[in-house]
Amino acid sequence: MSVTTGSAAPGGVSARGYLICLLGVVWREGLRFLHQRGRFLSALVRPLVWLFIFAAGFRATLGVSIIPPYETYILYEVYIAPGLIAMIQLFNGLQSSLSMVYDREVGAMRILLVSPYPRWFLLVSKLVAGIAVSLLQVYAFLLVAYFWDVQPDNPIGYLTVLPALVLTGFMLGAMGLAMSSVFKQLENFASVMNFVIFPMFFASSALYPLWRVQQASEPLYAICRFNPFTHAVELIRFALYGQVEWTSLTVVLCCSAVFLGAAVFAYDPSVGLTGRRGGPDAAR
Amino acid sequence: MNADTPTSAGLPEASLVVKGVTHAFGPKKALDDVSLEAPSSAFTALVGQNGAGKTTLFSLITRLYDNRSGSIRVLGHDVRRQPAEALSRMGVVFQSRTLDLELSVMQNLLYHAALHGIGRSAAKRAAATALSRVGLESRAKDRVRALSGGQMRRVEIARALLHGPSLLLLDEPTTGLDIGSRRQLLEEVRRLIAEDGIGVLWATHLVDEIEVADRVVALHKGRVMASGSVGEIRARGKSEDVGAAFLRIIGEDDEALSRVSA
Repeated sequence: MSVTTGSAAPGGVSARGYLICLLGVVWREGLRFLHQRGRFLSALVRPLVWLFIFAAGFRATLGVSIIPPYETYILYEVYIAPGLIAMIQLFNGLQSSLSMVYDREVGAMRILLVSPYPRWFLLVSKLVAGIAVSLLQVYAFLLVAYFWDVQPDNPIGYLTVLPALVLTGFMLGAMGLAMSSVFKQLENFASVMNFVIFPMFFASSALYPLWRVQQASEPLYAICRFNPFTHAVELIRFALYGQVEWTSLTVVLCCSAVFLGAAVFAYDPSVGLTGRRGGPDAAR
Repeated sequence: MNADTPTSAGLPEASLVVKGVTHAFGPKKALDDVSLEAPSSAFTALVGQNGAGKTTLFSLITRLYDNRSGSIRVLGHDVRRQPAEALSRMGVVFQSRTLDLELSVMQNLLYHAALHGIGRSAAKRAAATALSRVGLESRAKDRVRALSGGQMRRVEIARALLHGPSLLLLDEPTTGLDIGSRRQLLEEVRRLIAEDGIGVLWATHLVDEIEVADRVVALHKGRVMASGSVGEIRARGKSEDVGAAFLRIIGEDDEALSRVSA
């Protein structure tokens, strides 16, 4: 512990140093996740309630005809599974980002931001950590769903869905991160549910095929088409069947770039919003 | 404010040099042309009442946001232009608690080490050393939640020292601590100064935390009202009591004198 550890300082920030930093952030997020069993349980129970109760109830009411990527008639449970997976990621993305700013985690954010690594890299590390946690949640859900006979047509689907999950996790996490700096007024998670999660989830292809929405209402159909969440759902849906939905892939990539750009901008010390409002602890 | 202290005069280079920094949130100026120094091997007390601008200044030094005017240099590195160099040379203890309560003391320290790019084995060694310096080596495996408020603060100091900084910033670190813990914390930080030659900027609103050998910067409503040795502050405020001197100095600015004569 000498003062003159200037050599250890990342003046010449090495690739190894970046990797250590990234892994450190992921490691911590994983540890926290393991300690918060309640969070894991609710992340798992929420989609299962939809799967076991909601979908079972609607199975008879809502017939799903054969639409790609499905080649046979499918149960409604099978149809909504990708939507529920995206929902897990949506919750996770918003929760991990918003909690960072709203509650006691204010301090944790400060600790992250005094790291000498570039701000954008720290934010990306945070995103990667969030994705890692969301993957745990999603695969736990898929495991339970497997025993409920909700499975892709080919077990390889569990593998092909992985890249899609990484991309959608990135997009939804970046969205949460951008929001965490912009909407300071959304003090609690309930209002985030009302104003972000529910509209995004319901105005999407998560619960009903879009052609059915189109029959009901053209404007709603248009909204669904423009909803990035729809494209997250469709990307996952096709990936589970070993296929790529190119439109959705493009939308997810573009939205990821935009959301990440907004987050980096918002947290940038020179142009960002924290300085104008007095930062995360301005409320004090 | 002798912000232009040359290093040629045999004086050690100041750990922290803040020059002409103004920062506003909207129309309200939180900091108005602030200049100050925290020399190495010295305890610099940044004294100010609540709302004086201490936390804003800390946010600028730690680059939560950029200063739009003036300059902030840490060991000669401009915080805005060379943030990596500046940030890697400072250790920070924030006013709010910033430890993960669910994780162990060691896990908290290893996380911080990773944020500074320190590999696992080196980090474990540094963490053990830092913990023994604050007398908590036996608590390494305990969850932070199980510690007392004073112990948490000491862990935060250990964490701030982990990457071997030359400047230690503490924002009202004794908030919420009992008298014994406060004294212990102060003693530990002063020992670091003596042993390591580290420069310390200690923000507080409690003047009784100041000792005769310290340097004092009096901040009031975003402006530096006075700075210098304890003796100079006493002379300036025309009182043998530092607290009274401080109140008289800021009283030149407003009529709060009688109200806050605590």
